[in-house]
Amino acid sequence: MLEVKKVSKSFADARGVKEVLRELSLQVAEGEFVSIVGPSGSGKTTLFGVIGGLQQPTAGEVHIGGQDTTGETGHVAYMPQQASLLPWRTVAGNIELSLTIAGVEKRKARSEALVWLERVGLAEYAGAYPHVLSGGMQQRVSFLRALLSPQRLMLLDEPFGALDALTREHMQKWLLSIWEQNRRSVLLVTHSIEEALYLSDRIIVLSASPAVILDEMIVPFERPRKEELREDARFMELRNRIYRHLAEGAKEAGGDGN
Amino acid sequence: MDNKRNLWSRVWPPALVLGILLACWQAAVSFALVKDWMIPSPVNVVKAAFASNVWPRLMEHTGATLGLTAIGFAGGTAAGFVLAALLHLLPGVRRGIYPLLILSQNVPIIILGPIMTMLFGYGLLPKALLVMLVCFFPVCIAMLGGLTGTDESLRNYMRMIGSGKWTLFWRLELPSALQSLFSGLKIAASYSVLSATFAEMLSPKMGLGGYMVLSTRGYMPERAFASAILIIMISLTLFGLIALLERAVIRWRPGKGETGRHVGS
Ligand SMILES: Nc1ncnc2c1ncn2[C@@H]1O[C@H](COP(=O)(O)OP(=O)(O)O)[C@@H](O)[C@H]1O
Ligand SMILES: [Mg+2]
Repeated sequence: MLEVKKVSKSFADARGVKEVLRELSLQVAEGEFVSIVGPSGSGKTTLFGVIGGLQQPTAGEVHIGGQDTTGETGHVAYMPQQASLLPWRTVAGNIELSLTIAGVEKRKARSEALVWLERVGLAEYAGAYPHVLSGGMQQRVSFLRALLSPQRLMLLDEPFGALDALTREHMQKWLLSIWEQNRRSVLLVTHSIEEALYLSDRIIVLSASPAVILDEMIVPFERPRKEELREDARFMELRNRIYRHLAEGAKEAGGDGN
Repeated sequence: MDNKRNLWSRVWPPALVLGILLACWQAAVSFALVKDWMIPSPVNVVKAAFASNVWPRLMEHTGATLGLTAIGFAGGTAAGFVLAALLHLLPGVRRGIYPLLILSQNVPIIILGPIMTMLFGYGLLPKALLVMLVCFFPVCIAMLGGLTGTDESLRNYMRMIGSGKWTLFWRLELPSALQSLFSGLKIAASYSVLSATFAEMLSPKMGLGGYMVLSTRGYMPERAFASAILIIMISLTLFGLIALLERAVIRWRPGKGETGRHVGS
């Protein structure tokens, strides 16, 4: 589904050249849920920018659905770090617009939006403007918008980063329940180890910048997954393994004065 | 319900102050603290305005001023809007022109009045051109600012899912520039009345500006005051219309005190 081939990305500014991604390669298979865990500022959003075609990589290629899409936009459904709903469009209108931009017929987009808002219990807000929704509800709408978009790959950029811990766990459960019924290829970026373990089939651990892949692991739990998973011994073990990588990275970063 | 009471409580204090000021003015003239051949009393101004030999002429001049204002405002703001959109879509050209636009804000464009008259004579054209010019700049600058100030993360989102330049403009940049556009329109609204009456004073044939000059020359202070009041009313009305239009168009804005109100989780 997605193939990132030796992608490097550097930014040049007045203070010199900053290397953010270094020869990064990864794949996401059809229907697979892959997470990237890495410290803040390691270049996760930048990697999404490159995959989504917003930014041209300094070197390397991005292939989506077998095609070279390096530097081309429009091939991914995207859930950004901030909900990014247009304040002048209603909740349903926001979903509808994103679907029509991706080529869905207007009437179909509208009815899809309404059906799904109903299904996730947001029907009464279909006609409301985003500012009356709480942060968690806005993120739900933003997720729905990505889920319903026809592009086959979904990129989720720290979707719950701005929410409080409780809402966050609630949202993870919610996302999982929807995704498990409707398996799309997903690439999720997060700095939460537990979130990655709970949600994904596979986890890629990224170092601080320049980002390189430190480790990669299959998450062995069967689906549908349950909340109790978080207390499983294997869960703890994997968590510690990822934690060690990140802690080491942090030590190194501290060593060279950042 | 609540809103109405709110509105009323905001309206009556300034209305009361205005009433008191008018009463003081009237009293000052009535008790001869000020000579009424210098400053006419409010009552006399109204009487003079409604006199049968004055009212029809006042209305005729009001119509002329309204027409000039409308032509200038519509033409100037339309040109400002279009140029802003063009400059936004052509960043290369924009880099050359934008700094000059910003500089032009410090030029009192109204001083071009006599030059316009010199070039184009005493007809409608030079006056309309002056009003258009005066309205053009604030709209163009405000609109450009709004277009450029579009939220970067929204822009990234829209591009990522495949919006082209055109979709970005209509669906994202233009709606997010509306707020700034209306600030520009409000400035243009008051400038348009100002510059229209100024233009009329240059070649006093038609319009409230011209009538005012004629009245002061003929030493008829009541008529001069009456035309001043009409000019103020036109200005306020135009401003009010823009504000109403803004409320009708920008409905998504969180109301005051509502900004932080969230429901559910
Ligand atoms: N447009 C840009 N120009 C210069 N530096 C950038 C740009 N975008 C990101 N960076 C730098 O790249 C690094 C990684 O940023 P980002 O991808 O946002 O990290 P993350 O999402 O993992 O927190 C940061 O140090 C940031 O300063
Ligand atoms: Mg980020």
